[in-house]
Amino acid sequence: MNRGALRAFIVKELRHILRDRQTLTILLLMPLVQVVLFGFALRSDVRDIRLAVVDASPDYATIALRQRFTSSGRFTVVAVARTRDVIEPFFRRGEADVALVFEPGFGEHLTGTEPARLLLAVDASDPNTGTVIQSYSRAVIAAYESDLSSGRGGVQIAMETRMRFNPTLESVNLFVPGLIALVLTLVSALMTAISLSREKERGTLEVLLVSPLRPIQIIIGKVLPYLGLAFANVLTALLAAWLVFHVPFRGSVLLLLAESIVYSLVSLALGVLIAARTSSQRAAMLAAMLVTMLPSALLSGMIFPIASMPGWLSPVTNIVPARWFIVIARGIMLKGVGLPYLWRESLVLVVMALVLMAAAVRSFKPRLA
Amino acid sequence: MTTSSRSELAIDAKALTKRFGEFTAVDHITFDVGAGEVFGFLGANGAGKTTAIKILVGLLAPTEGEARVAGFDVRTERARIRRNIGYMSQRFSLYSDLTVRENIQLYGGIYGLTDTQIRDRTVVLLESLGLTSSAGDLVGSLPLGWKQKLAFSVALLHEPKIVFLDEPTGGVDPITRRQFWEQIYQAAARGTTVFVTTHYMDEAEYCDRISIMVDGKIAALGTPAELKAQFGVTSVDDVFVKLARAATVSA
Repeated sequence: MNRGALRAFIVKELRHILRDRQTLTILLLMPLVQVVLFGFALRSDVRDIRLAVVDASPDYATIALRQRFTSSGRFTVVAVARTRDVIEPFFRRGEADVALVFEPGFGEHLTGTEPARLLLAVDASDPNTGTVIQSYSRAVIAAYESDLSSGRGGVQIAMETRMRFNPTLESVNLFVPGLIALVLTLVSALMTAISLSREKERGTLEVLLVSPLRPIQIIIGKVLPYLGLAFANVLTALLAAWLVFHVPFRGSVLLLLAESIVYSLVSLALGVLIAARTSSQRAAMLAAMLVTMLPSALLSGMIFPIASMPGWLSPVTNIVPARWFIVIARGIMLKGVGLPYLWRESLVLVVMALVLMAAAVRSFKPRLA
Repeated sequence: MTTSSRSELAIDAKALTKRFGEFTAVDHITFDVGAGEVFGFLGANGAGKTTAIKILVGLLAPTEGEARVAGFDVRTERARIRRNIGYMSQRFSLYSDLTVRENIQLYGGIYGLTDTQIRDRTVVLLESLGLTSSAGDLVGSLPLGWKQKLAFSVALLHEPKIVFLDEPTGGVDPITRRQFWEQIYQAAARGTTVFVTTHYMDEAEYCDRISIMVDGKIAALGTPAELKAQFGVTSVDDVFVKLARAATVSA
């Protein structure tokens, strides 16, 4: 009997969703548009970096390293000078982004026992760009160094791990997992909040609560169709990322889908809670934006690295579900790792899902309403 | 007339009370409704009618007192009550973006009817309302009167023992109101108890018995004829005005 009730309710939800063609079309196309827009617009990888070189005594090593920089395709040498004071004005005028300063006798030191020293000066007026330039430069130097030492049977240098999972430093690779989180949040939290608060606003929820349907069934009925939609969205986003940006997928698709479901449940529960605490569709929509969308975009590490947030803010990100999901999605997609490496993050999401779902069901007990 | 059959009470409320903080919305109301009765639950806006209904259908828990609906306790046996009642809220309770048939299917399903039952009852329901040709139309496209009649029929689809109607005729034209009351009588004739709130006093005359709530208390209770005799007036409307005036004076 109960099963029939739930079935009837889910059929009704599906009809609502399928009948509203405009919303459905937007929801289905959203991941595609977002992946393409974010992929092109929100790049944090930097191209055409202007390099100034200070080389007091050019030798085989300094010239080889300079060539390494230019042949990486990201650097253009804008100036070569013998002393640093010639380079300084380039920096001040903003004509150089990074300066590479070799100590005199760099090549000799490389073969000797003394370390060969060089200075990397980066224009960090935009800290994010500065960090990226620094990473690129270090990658070039590290590659050169490791080639040198391996040629002579020497020791490898540890710099390699830094860009290992994203060797070309394509930022789109990092964004796609974040985008999946964002799309899931949107479909799950926002749409559930809207659809439930609509029932509340129109008075139909009251009729449902008086019926033999249990609150948990109402929530399942609301959540399940959107879970299906979220599922379709993940697949669209992945496909778009793969076709348009050739984003690699190194891990298990099934694991990612499973994690996406857990993350969706977290968001859906948030949507239900928001609807329970707001009295109109409009309020629910704004609340969902504020409580779920903004943190998912800004505090999840999707765009701004959590490591570079101020000390008081980074612990706050721990309560943002997207933060955990993004670690998981990046791990699976870019590193190809599985549960043995991601169980902690997964556990956090599962616990969040359970706690929030329980709270959501509670919030719909009519006696508390 | 139906007050004689006390043995079978559809609703039995004793000293039912609901407080919201300092405010007492429902103040020790005691009344009963016999099976098959059409019971009018009257009162001005804010008198506590809707709160009382919400307690009876299980949307709110009473602060004090007790009530049994269809023989079940409103505190402890809500699940059983829900299977035995129909409810039509003040606001339109069908889905405008679903068709007439889909709405019927939904409520039939929620109340645990089998697919065959739903199919059979849909045919009967549509025929009796003259909506057979509109079965595939979106409910949102129907005139208000039709919507209300449909909502009532849908609330009766699972053949509940008691149906609660919270101001079912608000904003409906007089002819449709008339037709609506015919539907109510038909339901009562089939043995369904009808508990209806209204603020149209002419409708009160159609009820077997009425109660009038003033400031959370039941100020009058009886058949329309009894109340008119008690207050020495010719219409329920006058009874109501007398009670309301008394309340204003005492306040």
